[in-house]
Amino acid sequence: MKQLQFDQLEETLHFKTLANGLNVYILEKPEFNKTYATFTTKYGSVDQQFIPLGKQEKVTVPDGVAHFLEHKLFEKEHGDVFQDFSKQGASANAFTSFNRTAYLFSTTDDVKKNLQTLIDFVQAPYFTEKTVEKEKGIIAQEIRMYDDNPDWRVYFGLIANMYHRHPVKIDIAGTVASITDITKDDLYECYHTFYHPSNMLLFIVGPVDANEIMSMVEENQQAKSYSDQPPVTRFFDEEPSTPAKKKDVIYMPVQTPKCYMGYKEAQPNRQGKALLQHELSVNVLLEMMFGKSSKNYETLYSEGLIDPSFAFDYTEESGFGFSMIGGDTTDPDRFAEQIATMVETFKKEPLSQQALDRVRKKKIGAFLRALNSPEFIANQFTRYAFNDMNLFDVIPTFEGLRVEGLQEVLASHFQESQLTICQVKKKQ
Amino acid sequence: MALVQHHVQSLPGITLHTIPTKKYKTTSITLQVKRPIIEEEVTKRALLPYVLQSGTKRYPSAQLLREALDQLYGATLHVDLSKKGEYQIISFRMEVANEKFLSDRTPLLEEAFALLSEVVLHPAQEKDAFLADVVSKEKRSLRQQIQSIYDDKMRYANKRLIELMFENEPYRFNVYGDEQALDEITPASLYAYYQNVLAEDEFDLYVVGDLEEEVLQTLTKKHFSLARREQHVQSEVSSRNVEKVKEIFEEQEVQQGKLHIGYRTHTTYKDDDYLALQVFNGIFGGFSHSKLFINVREKASLAYYAASRFESHKGIIFVMSGIETGNYAQTVKIIGEQLSAIVTGDFSDQELAQTKAMIRNQILETIDDATGLVEVLYHEVISRHKRTIEEWLDGIEAVTKKQIVEVAKKVQLDTIYFLKGKEENKVEAASV
Repeated sequence: MKQLQFDQLEETLHFKTLANGLNVYILEKPEFNKTYATFTTKYGSVDQQFIPLGKQEKVTVPDGVAHFLEHKLFEKEHGDVFQDFSKQGASANAFTSFNRTAYLFSTTDDVKKNLQTLIDFVQAPYFTEKTVEKEKGIIAQEIRMYDDNPDWRVYFGLIANMYHRHPVKIDIAGTVASITDITKDDLYECYHTFYHPSNMLLFIVGPVDANEIMSMVEENQQAKSYSDQPPVTRFFDEEPSTPAKKKDVIYMPVQTPKCYMGYKEAQPNRQGKALLQHELSVNVLLEMMFGKSSKNYETLYSEGLIDPSFAFDYTEESGFGFSMIGGDTTDPDRFAEQIATMVETFKKEPLSQQALDRVRKKKIGAFLRALNSPEFIANQFTRYAFNDMNLFDVIPTFEGLRVEGLQEVLASHFQESQLTICQVKKKQ
Repeated sequence: MALVQHHVQSLPGITLHTIPTKKYKTTSITLQVKRPIIEEEVTKRALLPYVLQSGTKRYPSAQLLREALDQLYGATLHVDLSKKGEYQIISFRMEVANEKFLSDRTPLLEEAFALLSEVVLHPAQEKDAFLADVVSKEKRSLRQQIQSIYDDKMRYANKRLIELMFENEPYRFNVYGDEQALDEITPASLYAYYQNVLAEDEFDLYVVGDLEEEVLQTLTKKHFSLARREQHVQSEVSSRNVEKVKEIFEEQEVQQGKLHIGYRTHTTYKDDDYLALQVFNGIFGGFSHSKLFINVREKASLAYYAASRFESHKGIIFVMSGIETGNYAQTVKIIGEQLSAIVTGDFSDQELAQTKAMIRNQILETIDDATGLVEVLYHEVISRHKRTIEEWLDGIEAVTKKQIVEVAKKVQLDTIYFLKGKEENKVEAASV
């Protein structure tokens, strides 16, 4: 077992890659009551085209399979694994994102037993035609719930505008129609391809003894026979660098319209330190342009174009990346016009060192605050690790940002050709 | 050692709560301001904190104030409103980095206190009124927040249920107030109300972090000097008997119907059977092993979510589920059967043990989070009833099956509200 020391943060991270390829990380937090553990596979809604384990030919699976699999993994021959956790005083959950599926629990009691349960249930699939059919009604209601949610619709509407072919444009849960085609064989095929330990990461954070936990996990894995598996071959159709659509309007029964706009990253192929630096740079620039202490925020707020729902963010993963700026607004067209103008104006002016220093301080403070949360640490660490980055490099990377570097990012990311807009307007 | 160290000290006009812990990399400061829900004041009270965080004497605009926060290593300031029992509470939450985790070790705590005090006690004003343009901007923003409840159908359905269920009680008001009352507020009327808040409301300041009580006392005295006030009158929780169950339908263009049901329990935080009610709620619908989740979702595949939630100080249980419009009757029937099952003692020792384990876990997890911890401790102020974390945990463990049946018998169905989809929508949905 190796250790990584982060002196300034007073944290020590323990980690080991086991013989079967599983990466295990443990962060001791002796002051906490709660232990939080996530067991994550690098497999999400975008992984639709791949060569299944043991086959030669590429397959394309229905929209929503990764999420469907996540639901069904909880059901076993003896019943529901949620029940096993709650008998052991733990609450379990799971989520599927574009490129990860995570299974997790939190508990203040009997960590080892719950950890065994977590690892064992994820590593023992049990799918039948009957249970797969039964789940379709539940997931259909989950999809309907999101269909009625204008924030969700505008967010995914914007992503759909950006991409011509990349599956990030498809809803993570699929559609009511696409999930009706899913069979237990689809689930098994995806499971065996993507749930090999070498494609997964286990993170445990809480008042635990790292040595003890590591031995337990290692023993558990040694008792299971996994043969080596090569990395999964995934396929993505060629994606043009510019957005598929410049604008879309969704009509819904709302009182307050919404406007989201964003810049599609033209070259979303960074990994490791380069990705970390780029992601933090765009976020710092967004904060300088539209943060609550910016002139623009004051102007937009005074004009009544934004309210506290206004937000912005940049995210990039292998194969896709975009910034987003948006929220509720009384006048979605004027909002779009103003934001676009503000970005263009900002690009023409020299970046202020003073503003950078202020925003940097703000971001570092926000990061420290986030580290209070075991959930944030486990989930973000995993996301970073899957992109070959280290969560604990965030503060030094913020400290290393320079005006010159930001200037380049500003010019390359915020190009008019990459801009797209999605609005929710009131259905008459 | 106690799970939480909570030192309480009465200072003039304000109560200081110190919670020393080394858990966090930040210090969190929460100021709770309490008074009963009063019809004529609900909207003014909702607007007040937004106006206060928009400019102070020293930082006369929101932009300048936000810059000052950024300079304190991104200290955050949030205002929030909540209804707890018969009270409408304003919360100011500030969180500031503990400088020992920064390469720059400038002390931040006192600055944070000074800034919060600026916001709460030294607002930007002229001639006994708030600044007119600030008030008009914040009125507009609050109006938008009130309107946006309509757009989130789950929140909307919950709001409608409360309005209908409590039609003759102050609890019916939404915590953000209403649009009509908002029109009538002026910079001067709001300022007068603010003066009254400073003179009469109950202020509780919670500080959680790696810190010393004496230091905080000094800081509180220095930055939050308030006038002494009379002992506060407790607002009595009204517990009404249900005479006739209300069943109300509304129709909108939604894909999924939202079913919200309200029950009166006639038990609140200060009562002896409160912990039994907690366990009851856990068996009924609080968790994923609960009867509602198992029977509405897992067995009948009717919904993605089916859960119940408890309001500790009003003594109300809310059930909510998102379903196909056509499945209304079946779902209501299943939910009713789950309550009846508990009343007749039809729940296993295992359900009971599971529920207790989950509640225990929930409490311990909640106090790992500074905001959650303050919420838990603030129950004491609302209810005037002390219950330590240890008493909570032991009390839950001691709850018997008989006590749960007794408390379940008191639970009365009051109102069923269903926001249903239009028929044409269903046809559309089927052809997707």
